[in-house]
Amino acid sequence: MRAKLYRRWSTRMCLAIPGKILDTEEIAGIRIGRVQFGGVTRKAYLDYVPDAAPGDYVMVHVGFAISKVDQDEAARTYESMRIMGLLEEELGDQPGEERGA
Amino acid sequence: MKFLDEYRDPKLAQALVADIRRRATRPWVLMEICGGQTHTLMRYGIDNLLPPEIELVHGPGCPVCVTPLEMIDKAVEIASRPEVIFVSYGDMLRVPGSSRDLFQVKAAGGDVRIAYSPMDAVELARKNPGRKVVFFAVGFETTAPPNAMAVWQAKREGLKNFSILVSHVLVPPAIRLLLEQPHNRVQAFIAPGHVCTVMGYSEYEELAAQYRVPFVVGGFEPLDLLEAIRMLVAQLEEGRAEVENQYVRSVTREGNEAARQRMFEVFEIADRKWRGIGEIGQSGYRLREEFANFDAERVFGVAATRAEEPPECIAALVLQGLKKPVDCPMFGSRCTPDHPMGAPMVSSEGACAAYYRYRRHDLVAVTGTIA
Repeated sequence: MRAKLYRRWSTRMCLAIPGKILDTEEIAGIRIGRVQFGGVTRKAYLDYVPDAAPGDYVMVHVGFAISKVDQDEAARTYESMRIMGLLEEELGDQPGEERGA
Repeated sequence: MKFLDEYRDPKLAQALVADIRRRATRPWVLMEICGGQTHTLMRYGIDNLLPPEIELVHGPGCPVCVTPLEMIDKAVEIASRPEVIFVSYGDMLRVPGSSRDLFQVKAAGGDVRIAYSPMDAVELARKNPGRKVVFFAVGFETTAPPNAMAVWQAKREGLKNFSILVSHVLVPPAIRLLLEQPHNRVQAFIAPGHVCTVMGYSEYEELAAQYRVPFVVGGFEPLDLLEAIRMLVAQLEEGRAEVENQYVRSVTREGNEAARQRMFEVFEIADRKWRGIGEIGQSGYRLREEFANFDAERVFGVAATRAEEPPECIAALVLQGLKKPVDCPMFGSRCTPDHPMGAPMVSSEGACAAYYRYRRHDLVAVTGTIA
């Protein structure tokens, strides 16, 4: 039971998913973007890709963009990750504080 | 080749396999460091597609697996305190400590939460000023810049109730240790793609030159891994020992300068203990003195303890590529992902869990035939 419960929330600490930056803003001094992964949009921290702008594709790891990739490579990688069933693992549920109690 | 039709481009996969078969004239032992790559290799049966000359062994690149038992015990101790919100990646909750795991702390009423990003923990600290929020900062070079940012941001905002329990390790010192072992069998390495996205690969050039061992920086898809293997076999057969980059879409030789800069503002290199391997000099990160107030070990004064591993568990040998998970007498019987005896059976990046998930049926078939 508990194994099943937590397998969904396992984070692979070597994975990164490609997504497209939709827009950026600065919150509390940090550059944050809305990044689109297929049909899902998540926020990502952009301080480690200072030259990335809306329309660019980035690899996102634990909420941080760590590199820019070109559009075709991003689409290809995304499709492979979908086939491998890794997207659900990474994008499935955004853990939040309601899980605490 | 039943797995080949699951590839994005089965023809390309077939061509890569054919080229590897054509090139391989002698036995070679290759190691992938990264647990995510181990998982892909097993999932797609890549080891079964390779010619008998090529043996793949699996390295120590599973953060959950190498976080020392003592550190799990410290996490358990901190997470048990009523004022603490303990935040971790999901897998760490099930890693057995000496007496308990974090999941049991949670079940007993401890406030243990799962997060996707260390910034989620910073957010929790902001929203819960009356509680102490601790993030379990485990991982290799890829996870270090996000953790550094979390600490840096907490300091900038003046958050007094945020700290991290640091268990950061580095890939190159572990490779060096493996290569220095007298019984080392590994002749070539697939270097981890996202570690190199951050760090670049000049460190691996030093290793390649010093030990005359080839490296290929590899991606995480089955085709990436087949191509990385093909490039390694070509180097081995041609007597070259260079660093080549298969994962060009994310990795440059220089790596990510912005990420490294923040990381080294916050962390400095330190000796670290690795579960299953022991202490390796200069093999990890600790917080710099300026960030001591964010170091959970200091904040909570958790004492260094000595903890013993279950004696039957062969995780140490698995993590060094000296044994395969299936060589363990507990594999799939007393040790399963639901009831792990050792860390490599817990994590989705652990070699034992990958074998359990993708190989145990083959094993039953084989054993059945022998019996």
